[in-house]
Amino acid sequence: MKRTPRDQEHSHRVLSRRALLLGGLQLGFAGGLAARMRFLQVDQADEFRLLAEENRVNFELLPPARGRIFDRNGTVIAKNSPSYRIVIVPENTPDIDAAITKLRQLVEISDEEIKEALEDIEAGRRYHRITLADQVTWEDIARVAANAPALSGISPEVGLTRVYPQNADFAHVVGYVGPVSDYDLSKMDDPDPILLTPRFQFGKVGFESKLEERLRGKAGTKRVEVNAGGRVMRELGRREGEAGRDMQLTLDANLQSYAQTRLGNESASAVVIDCETGDLRAICSSPSFDPNLFVRGISGKNYRDLTSNIYRPLANKSVQGVYPPGSTFKMVVALAALEEGIVGTEDTVWCPGHLEVSGRRFHCWKRAGHGHVNLNGSLKGSCDVYYYDLAIKVGIEKISAMARRLGLGVRHDLPMSAVASGLAPDKDWKFKVHGQDWLVGDTVNSSIGQGYMLASPMQLAVMTARLATGRAVEPRLLKSIDGIDQPSGAGESMGLNENNLRFVRKGMYSVSNERRGTAYRNRIVADGLRMAGKTGTSQVRNITAAERAAGVIRNEDLPWERRDHALFVSFAPYDNPKYAISVVVEHGGGGSTAAAPIARDILLQALYDGPPPLTAYPKRDRPRIKALQERLKREQEQAHKPSVKDQA
Amino acid sequence: MTYLANNAQSIPTGFRKILFLNWPLVLLMTSVASVGFLMLYSVAGGSFSPWVEPQFKRFLLGLGVMLFVAMIPIWFWRNVSAVAYLVSFGLLLAVEFFGSVGMGAQRWIDLGFMRLQPSELMKITLVMLLAAYYDWLPPEKTSRPFWVVLPVLMILIPTALVLKQPDLGTSILLMAAGGGVMFLAGVHWAYFAAVIASGVGLVAAVFQSRGTEWQLLKNYQYRRIDTFLDPSQDPLGAGYHITQSKIALGSGGWSGRGFMQGTQSRLNFLPEKHTDFIFTTLAEEFGFIGGLSLLSIYMLVIIFAIAAAIATKDRFSALVTMGIALTFFLFFAVNMSMVMGLMPVVGVPLPMVSYGGSVMLVLMGAFGLIQSANIHRPR
Repeated sequence: MKRTPRDQEHSHRVLSRRALLLGGLQLGFAGGLAARMRFLQVDQADEFRLLAEENRVNFELLPPARGRIFDRNGTVIAKNSPSYRIVIVPENTPDIDAAITKLRQLVEISDEEIKEALEDIEAGRRYHRITLADQVTWEDIARVAANAPALSGISPEVGLTRVYPQNADFAHVVGYVGPVSDYDLSKMDDPDPILLTPRFQFGKVGFESKLEERLRGKAGTKRVEVNAGGRVMRELGRREGEAGRDMQLTLDANLQSYAQTRLGNESASAVVIDCETGDLRAICSSPSFDPNLFVRGISGKNYRDLTSNIYRPLANKSVQGVYPPGSTFKMVVALAALEEGIVGTEDTVWCPGHLEVSGRRFHCWKRAGHGHVNLNGSLKGSCDVYYYDLAIKVGIEKISAMARRLGLGVRHDLPMSAVASGLAPDKDWKFKVHGQDWLVGDTVNSSIGQGYMLASPMQLAVMTARLATGRAVEPRLLKSIDGIDQPSGAGESMGLNENNLRFVRKGMYSVSNERRGTAYRNRIVADGLRMAGKTGTSQVRNITAAERAAGVIRNEDLPWERRDHALFVSFAPYDNPKYAISVVVEHGGGGSTAAAPIARDILLQALYDGPPPLTAYPKRDRPRIKALQERLKREQEQAHKPSVKDQA
Repeated sequence: MTYLANNAQSIPTGFRKILFLNWPLVLLMTSVASVGFLMLYSVAGGSFSPWVEPQFKRFLLGLGVMLFVAMIPIWFWRNVSAVAYLVSFGLLLAVEFFGSVGMGAQRWIDLGFMRLQPSELMKITLVMLLAAYYDWLPPEKTSRPFWVVLPVLMILIPTALVLKQPDLGTSILLMAAGGGVMFLAGVHWAYFAAVIASGVGLVAAVFQSRGTEWQLLKNYQYRRIDTFLDPSQDPLGAGYHITQSKIALGSGGWSGRGFMQGTQSRLNFLPEKHTDFIFTTLAEEFGFIGGLSLLSIYMLVIIFAIAAAIATKDRFSALVTMGIALTFFLFFAVNMSMVMGLMPVVGVPLPMVSYGGSVMLVLMGAFGLIQSANIHRPR
């Protein structure tokens, strides 16, 4: 088929025209593409750049090292030790179940831990490290490392964990840390992001909790480049955090340990305070518990054992336990009366063993009565009738005011959990709380530290220190933060008449140094270290008329929880007070038999800064004391055996 | 006999042919390929493996193929057009039965040393067949219905096969390129108006059919369209590609982050970073300037090809040159539109830049045809 040249000319012209048209369309489209490119890359560049940053940069928190806690001499109370754990990165593990099965042949891991980890794997991103086993031993780590080829994706890791080397001694004061719980977070307005880290350790109770923020420090951050899977590619930069502050307590680890051991298995507490500075030298509560158990996550059985124990080992009885102060309150009444000029030191009261007040008979602990009693004798023999009479004259308002001046019924702000404020009741208080008028019988009850009157062992120790010095001694627990001393608690003079104070102290001296003093058997005989004290026995029940008619039931015949509390407060040396102490033995019976011996032993231990010579004790006590000292020494050693496999 | 055969005397022979190559096109193609090497080097994190080395080898092989095709007179290619079309059609049928299933689609035949995608071959042989058809067809018959239906069938039958694979991108390319050649050949405007109108109707039908028994597209294709229309619907799922691609592109800014400094693509935020989405890496690292430069090179290729097409008096040469240029254009225009969020993600590579053997070899061979037309042009 032959085409004419005209034909060809025509078809070629059409083709060229259409080619140019199509080319024009293509150019136009390309122009559109360029405009779109410009729109995305120039006009919207900033927005996309921001999105890109978010895409690729992750912040990782660097957990700060928690501040350590020392006693006044630098003994470690809480520290951080390397802890080994085994982690899994699911992305790198082809068969997670097989790997875990294999791992469990090498390392003992509880079903709970595995279950928890599997839940984390399910929920979390596959590139995250998920803890399979925490707090494993070095041997476990070695076994995992040796079998690395069979355990792809599983690797050992080193972290820091809290360790309390003194075991149970400081459990109540210092408390413990534990993993942050959802409940903890729910109580915070704006939790520090580091707290959201899985298994981050955080102060749960006690000093650890009260000073949490300063102990925790500030988390550093690490900027890392991550890929779309969240896997870290490289580090872009880091801002170092701030390590937690090191804290030094006023407590003395040796004394604390001794006192804790001395309290033994009684449900008891003791507080030793430095009269000069207000430094708390020992704050004990027994029975105690091992805080290290809580750090690792306490087992259900152990926890139930602690909570179901009627001796309440978890409670810090020295500050959160409040007791009727009993006869230890008599100094307050005496001082209030002296300050008001209501009583002369030689004025006597006739004690027939009871006092009739508005038709009701109030008994003296001594059924036979004390006979004629003056102020000194009333303290020495702890005559109740004397104080019934005195209190009615002084009135509850003055008594409670004096109690508050001496530190009872006021809350001392100490960095411990649940510090109780106790109660020094007055007319307003009773009307407000009970809607009833104050009765004279209430005053009579209060005069011997019963009724509404409540005080913690801590408050009793403060009261004793204030009586001993005449200054408003404030208890102090925190000695220094990062080596910077905290304000002393020495306090200013309370402005009380020194003569009146001297009379009261003299009365306390008589208690524990003169024959027929209620704590005469528990005296200190070392020269210059004489102790002045006061016994207290507080009822936890009302004695019914029927019981009274049947004859006095001996304390020992009652069930434990209905026996009297035994209290003793004292200070020494009498001439130049150095330490004050309070001891409360719950349901221990008489203050002179259950509490005073403990107080004397602890006080001597403090005064000698170690085991006292036997010569400080009355001759007839020495063999018994010697045996006691040896037993306590053994028990102390036993108590400090590391409970946790401590790899430090 | 055609015009060309009559003027065969003026055509160069032997090694002199090399002098008559369209050298600007060779250089442009080489520079596009070089951009590809650069980007593949970058997305591999500064390494020749795993992508640059094989890509470079394929480019060298492609150059050989191009020269080989160019040396053979264009009338030979015209004469074998029908055979070439049938062969690639046969291969296309073959992947229906023997093809490997990759990425959810049956697309290639494993030849041992490389994987051949017959659909790529089809893009070129379809253009060849249509060009030969219109070269053979007397111009006055061009717009007669019977003679219009024939080429439409030539286009639609392979398109249907490709769509069945399923490969939406290639089917669009086949239809657009085929339609383009018909348009160039001088088919009457009215037909195109009718096709555009029915195209709109088809789109409506596609959307209407969704969820019914006669649903025209696969669900994933619908999802792609959905996310194209609103990527924010599902930024981590189906919209992920488009969202991430726009972030990478946009964060490049005016001049880019610098070579190898791109963060989005290298950190795997981008899927298919070395294939369909390689343009985002370029745009992120070299910014607007880089992206515009590549677009300009591409457009220069088109301009030189159109110029060559207009310069030749041979109808087959002109149609084949224009058709291939259009195919080439469709490749990069669709790819760029896709990564810039102007079009749904349909899986079309950036020609000569994206990693992949079939496309590069086929395109180099196709440009061999343009070269052959250029060399064997009567002067």
